[in-house]
Amino acid sequence: MITLRVVLLAFLIICAIAVSFSKDLLVSVVIYTAFGLIMSICWLLLQSPDLAITEAAVGAGVTGILFFVTLKKIHSIHTTAEEEKEDE
Amino acid sequence: MSRPNPNYENSFWDHFSKWLKGEYDPFKGRLETKTADEAVSGDEKVRDVDLRLADIGKYHVDMYEEGINRYVGRYRKLYRFLSVFIVLFFIGLLLWTVSALPGYGNPHEPENNIVAERYIEKGLKETGAVNIVTGMILDYRAFDTFGESCVLFAASCCVLFLLRVDKDDDPHSAAVEEMNDRHYEPRNDAILQKAANFLVPLIIIFGIYVVLNGHLSPGGGFSGGAIIGSGLILYLTAYGFEKTQRFMNEKVVKALTVCALLFYCFAKSYSFYTGANHLESFISTGTPGDILSAGLIVYLNICVGIVVACTMYSFYTLFRKGGI
Repeated sequence: MITLRVVLLAFLIICAIAVSFSKDLLVSVVIYTAFGLIMSICWLLLQSPDLAITEAAVGAGVTGILFFVTLKKIHSIHTTAEEEKEDE
Repeated sequence: MSRPNPNYENSFWDHFSKWLKGEYDPFKGRLETKTADEAVSGDEKVRDVDLRLADIGKYHVDMYEEGINRYVGRYRKLYRFLSVFIVLFFIGLLLWTVSALPGYGNPHEPENNIVAERYIEKGLKETGAVNIVTGMILDYRAFDTFGESCVLFAASCCVLFLLRVDKDDDPHSAAVEEMNDRHYEPRNDAILQKAANFLVPLIIIFGIYVVLNGHLSPGGGFSGGAIIGSGLILYLTAYGFEKTQRFMNEKVVKALTVCALLFYCFAKSYSFYTGANHLESFISTGTPGDILSAGLIVYLNICVGIVVACTMYSFYTLFRKGGI
């Protein structure tokens, strides 16, 4: 159990560093979502399942989606529809 | 008396004194220098002058850029040093604070005081909620949760102010057209739609379960509402705005949020009023463990769930197209 905790905490630190060092914003958001998921498992191990459910729904779900929509709005993600438009 | 050297200009001392004054150029006359083009006349002469002026301008630009570069370079060095210093400072501060936190599970720490004892020992009897956390946040501390719901409502109002696309504008103008990405919708992605067909009912039913069982098992209004909201967002992503706006348009979202907040406000005000004045209340705690027990907690959970789900959904739609 202690090994699992150490592995999870190491993952948290690696994710936090990788978010700030990745060049691509999309990759940053994906890593941030992974950070939220690991954080929810940590809450579960700390015996607070209420927080774990909320963290999984908000931190890993809705926040990531809102980031994706924002990145699409500022034209940081190239969607397939835009590529088709450019090809024409 | 020494007589003056007639050949002074080529003597050693003359060179030395000129070198001291900074006038001596040791390479003068020794380097191969490029002479100006001979025999330039008329237009050629004008062009030459222009070229020289351009050279002078370039020289000034170089000087200017050099000055700016020196300034920017100094600023960058300071920036790097300060960023590293501030990060290290805050890491140290936070680690120091964490090391001063009370230990985990130690009964003699100051956070294990009479308040926590009261919650744990009498919470089940007084609130009727098996899940003590829910009993705490929706009965003892229900006013805080009301504030949180209102904060969510205020946040969605602020996002509405910031991102709303005005309907009075010309709908075919470029700005509105750019804000509105609905003409890509629905994308009719077969994989996404099949997955949504399977997942959305499960997600929403799980969310409703989490909301309704908030007083019996882990979860509650906030987490359940977030789950329902993400289910709605998945459905919206798969099938587009046309289908979701049949049941979740601006009027419905507004009515649901305001009704839920008002019900929460009045129900909890009544409960606080009777409880604080030791009046008889018609709300009973019921049998602990039943689905319809724990007094107001179930209904308050439903209210919080509605507010949170509507907020999540309206955030997504406002980010997407500037309107609910």
